[in-house]
Amino acid sequence: MKKLLLSTALGAVFATGALAQEGEPIRVGILHSLSGTMAISETTLRDVMLMLIEQQNAEGGVLGRPLEPVVVDPASDWPRFAELARELISGQGVSVVFGCWTSVSRKSVLPVFEELNSILFYPVQYEGQESQRNVFYTGAAPNQQAIPAVDYLLENGVERFYLAGTDYVYPRTTNQILEAYLLAQGVAAEDIIVNYTPFGHSDWQTIVSEIRDFGSTGRPAAVVSTINGDANVPFYNELAAQGISAEDIPVIAFSVGEEELAGIDTAPLVGHLAAWNYFMSVDTPENEEFIDAWHAYIGSETRVTNDPMEAHYIGFNMWVDAVEAAGTTDADAVIDALVGVAVPNLTGGLSSMGANHHITKPVLIGEIQADGQFEVVWETAGLVLGDEWSDYVTETAPLISDWRAPLSCGNFNTATGTCGGSE
Amino acid sequence: MPFRPLTLIAALCLAVVLPFLASAQTLDALIARLPDGNFNDRAAIVAQIAETGDPRAAQVLDALLEGELEQRTADGRFVRVTGSRNNQTAVDVLTGEDLGPVARRSTEAVRVNNALRRSIRTALGVLTLMDPDPARRLAAAEAALRSPSADQVDALAEAMAAETNANIRTAQTRAHAAAVLASDLPVEQKLDAVAVIGAANAQIVQQTLNAYRNAAEPELAAAVGEALAAAEARQRLWSQAQNLWFGLSLGSVLLLAAIGLAITFGVMGVINLAHGELVMLGAYTTYTVQQIIRTNAPEYFGYSLAIAIPLAFLLVGAVGVLIERGIVRHLYGRPLETLLGTWGVSLILQQAVRSIYGPTNREVGTPDWMSGAWQIGEMTLTGPRIAIVIFSLVVFFGLLLLMKYSAFGLQMRAVTQNRPMAANLGIRTGYVDALTFGLGAGIAGLAGVALSQIDNVSPNLGQGYIIDSFLVVVFGGVGNLWGTFAAALSLGVANKFLEPWAGAVLGKIVILVFIILFIQKRPRGLFPQRGRAAEG
Repeated sequence: MKKLLLSTALGAVFATGALAQEGEPIRVGILHSLSGTMAISETTLRDVMLMLIEQQNAEGGVLGRPLEPVVVDPASDWPRFAELARELISGQGVSVVFGCWTSVSRKSVLPVFEELNSILFYPVQYEGQESQRNVFYTGAAPNQQAIPAVDYLLENGVERFYLAGTDYVYPRTTNQILEAYLLAQGVAAEDIIVNYTPFGHSDWQTIVSEIRDFGSTGRPAAVVSTINGDANVPFYNELAAQGISAEDIPVIAFSVGEEELAGIDTAPLVGHLAAWNYFMSVDTPENEEFIDAWHAYIGSETRVTNDPMEAHYIGFNMWVDAVEAAGTTDADAVIDALVGVAVPNLTGGLSSMGANHHITKPVLIGEIQADGQFEVVWETAGLVLGDEWSDYVTETAPLISDWRAPLSCGNFNTATGTCGGSE
Repeated sequence: MPFRPLTLIAALCLAVVLPFLASAQTLDALIARLPDGNFNDRAAIVAQIAETGDPRAAQVLDALLEGELEQRTADGRFVRVTGSRNNQTAVDVLTGEDLGPVARRSTEAVRVNNALRRSIRTALGVLTLMDPDPARRLAAAEAALRSPSADQVDALAEAMAAETNANIRTAQTRAHAAAVLASDLPVEQKLDAVAVIGAANAQIVQQTLNAYRNAAEPELAAAVGEALAAAEARQRLWSQAQNLWFGLSLGSVLLLAAIGLAITFGVMGVINLAHGELVMLGAYTTYTVQQIIRTNAPEYFGYSLAIAIPLAFLLVGAVGVLIERGIVRHLYGRPLETLLGTWGVSLILQQAVRSIYGPTNREVGTPDWMSGAWQIGEMTLTGPRIAIVIFSLVVFFGLLLLMKYSAFGLQMRAVTQNRPMAANLGIRTGYVDALTFGLGAGIAGLAGVALSQIDNVSPNLGQGYIIDSFLVVVFGGVGNLWGTFAAALSLGVANKFLEPWAGAVLGKIVILVFIILFIQKRPRGLFPQRGRAAEG
C-alpha cells in the first residue's frame, strides 16, 4: 500500500514536472467495496486494478500519459455506489471507472453513468437482460455460464435438477432462464425443483436432506447452485457432513471460485463443479505470467486468482487499446472505439468486444480438487459472445442490442422494428 | 447416481472389445499410459488395470482414486505422494520402495474427475471384495450396491459366505440382492432380493428399486411397488423426527449465540450491538489456535478446540471488559447512545479483523473425532451438530449454576436488581459491572468457537447472528435465562417444521410476524421478569 501511494505520488510529480508537456495523468476510477459484506470479494479486484495500472505505467502509460488510480470505498452500500460514481466522474474527473460486483450496485450507478456520459467496466457474471451504452460487461452473461453448465449435465445423463439460489435478482433471473431452457430440452416439470434461501443462510440441514431425497430416486440428479457469497461455506460443509459426494449428486455452482474455496476444507468436495470463463489452473503462458505478477504484486504465494480478476484484465486492456486507437480519452470516442477491440484473454484465446457491449469468452467447466483448485473437465469449442437478452424468456426473445451507428440501441425489438424494449 | 449409464456402457464395450488387448498388457505398461489422453481414455485403462489380476492393481487404483498417484518428472516413475503441501513423501506404487521426501514441483499428478472416480470405485470394488482390511471390504460392498451388475452375483455370494463381520455382511447381502435384480435369474430369487432390499433404509430402497417399478414380471413389479410404498411411509414418519432434530440443532446454535446477550442485554440492560463481533472474535481465536498448531505441532490438531475454548473465553471476555470500562460504563441509562456506541465498536472490530486477517474466509478444520455421521432409522445425525447441541447445553447449565450458586452470581444479581443497596452493602458495583459484561462477552467467544465449525469464519460472521440473538432474548423474556433457553429451542424447532412446506424465505417471515404479534400481546416475552426490578 505504501509503495503504491509512493508510486502515485511520484506519478503526480512526473506529471506536473518532466511529463507536463505530455499532458496531465489520465485518471482511472476504481469503485469496489473495501468494507462491509462485499469486501470479501471486491478488495481483490481493487488490488488487481492497481497492479494492472502499475504495469501499464511501467510500459509508459497510455497516449504517453501516466495513469493515476483513484480508489473510493462504497462500503457495500448501494446508494453510496451512485454517490461515489458521481464524485469520481464529476469531482475527480476520471476517464473510466472499473467497478461494482452485485447487480443491485450496478443498477444503482447506471443512471449516473448515463447522465454524466462516462464509461463503466463491470467484471462479474450477471443475469443479463440489460445493455447500456455506457457500460461494458466483461463478466459472463447467462449463455456464457449457466446454459453451457446445464448442457454439460444433460450430456452426462443428469435427468433431475435442483435449482438452489439465494433470493435476489441474479439467481431469480438465471433460474427463470434455466427452467425455461430445461423444459425446452425435454426435462419434465416435476424433475425440476427451484428453491430460494435468504442472504447469508447458514442452516442448510433441511435443504441438504431434501436434496439427498431428491437425488436418491435411482435417476441421476444434480444441483445447480446460484447460492451467493458467504452462504456457500455452510452449504458445502453440510453436504460433506451428510455424506453427499459429487459422485452421487454433483453440485454445479456459478458463484463459487478459487477465492470462495479458500475458506473451506475441499477434500470432501472433490468433484463438485463450477462453470466459469477462467480458472487459475488453466495452463497457458499468459496465465502463468499473470499469476506470477499477481503473487509478486500482492507479496504472497498463496493468494489465488479468479474469474472476475481475468475480466478486469481483459476489460483494462480493451480500454487501453481503445484509447490508443481513438487517440483521446473522450467518452464518446472511446465507446465507439471499444466495439470490435480484441485482446488476449488468460485462457489462450482472443476476446473481443461485441456491438452489444458484451465480450466473447470460452466457457469452462471445472471440478473442485483437493488442493482448492479446479480441474477443467469440459470447455466450449470456441469463444461464445455474451447474449444480453435471453432467447429463452418470451418477453426478451425478440430483443437485440447494437450500439453501433446507425442503430445505436440497447433494446431493439426485431418483432416491432422499434427501439424501446418489449412494451 | 448420475452418469452411471454411460459408465456402464463404457465398461460393457470394454469388456467386449478389449480382452485380447488387455491380456497382452502388463500393469507396468498400462500405468505408463495413464497420464496421456482424456478422462474417458483413463477410464478404459482403469478397467484394463483391474482385469490384469496383478496383486498390485488395487494399490495403484487406490492411489489414483485418492488423487495421490503422481509421475516423477525426472525419471517417469509412478509414485504415491502423501503428506502436507510442504512436507511430501513418495512411495513407488509398483515396487513399494520408499523414495523419501519429494520437492513440490518435481511430480505431475494424474488427474481424475467424477466419472473416472466412479469407474475406479467400481473396478476397485471387484478387486477388494475379499480384502483383509474390513473398511475396504465395506467400501467394496457399497460400491457394488451403487452400481449393481449381474457379473458380480457369484463373487458377492462367495464374499458373503466368507464374511464374519455382521455389518459388512449386511452390506454384501444388499449388494448381492441388487446384483440379482440386475441379472436374468428366476423371478423367485428376485422376489427374495426385493425383500432383502426392502429391509434397508428408504434411500437404498428407492435408489435400487425405482428402476424395477415397471418390471416385466407382474409379481415382481407388485413386490417392488409395495417395498417402495413401505419405504416412503417409513420415511414420512421419520421425517418428523428428523425435523425435530434439525430444529433442536438450529435452536442450540441460536441458544449459543443468544446466551451471552442474555447476560449483557438481559441482565445488565445494555443494548450491545457489538455482540455478533464478539462471537466473530471467538471464531478467529479458534482459527489462530489451529493455525499455530498446524505449523508447530500438527499431531495435536485433535485438541485444537479444547485449547481454543478457554482461550476464546478469556480473550473475548477481556475485550468485553475493555469495551465496558472504555465505553459502555459512561453510557449507563442512555440506551440510544449505548446502541450507537456499541454499533461503532462493532464496525471497528469488523474492520480491524479485516485489516489483520484479510477480507476472505478462513478455514477452520473439524477434528477427526467430531466429523462423521450416524444413521438412526431414516435420519442422519452429523458429528459437528451433535457436538454443538451438547456444548450449548453445557454452557447454558454452567452459566445457570454460576448465577445461582456462586458469590459472583449473587453479587451480579444484587447489582442489577438494586444498585444503591448493593453498593451500600459493600459490593464494588463498577467491578461487578465490568466482570458481568466480560462474562457475557466470554460466552459470545465460546459461541464463536462452536460456530466456526458450521459457518464461515469471515469478518461478517457476527452480522448473521445479531438480529436472531436479540429476537431470542426478547421473545424469551429479558432477564430470564430459562426464557432464553425455551425461546431458542422453540424458535429453532418452529423454523425447521415450517421450512419444508413454506421454504426458507417465507418460513423466516412467518416466524418474524408471529414474534411481532406475540410481543404486542406479551411485551415482556415468554417468561416475564417479576418483581420490583422489572418495573424499574
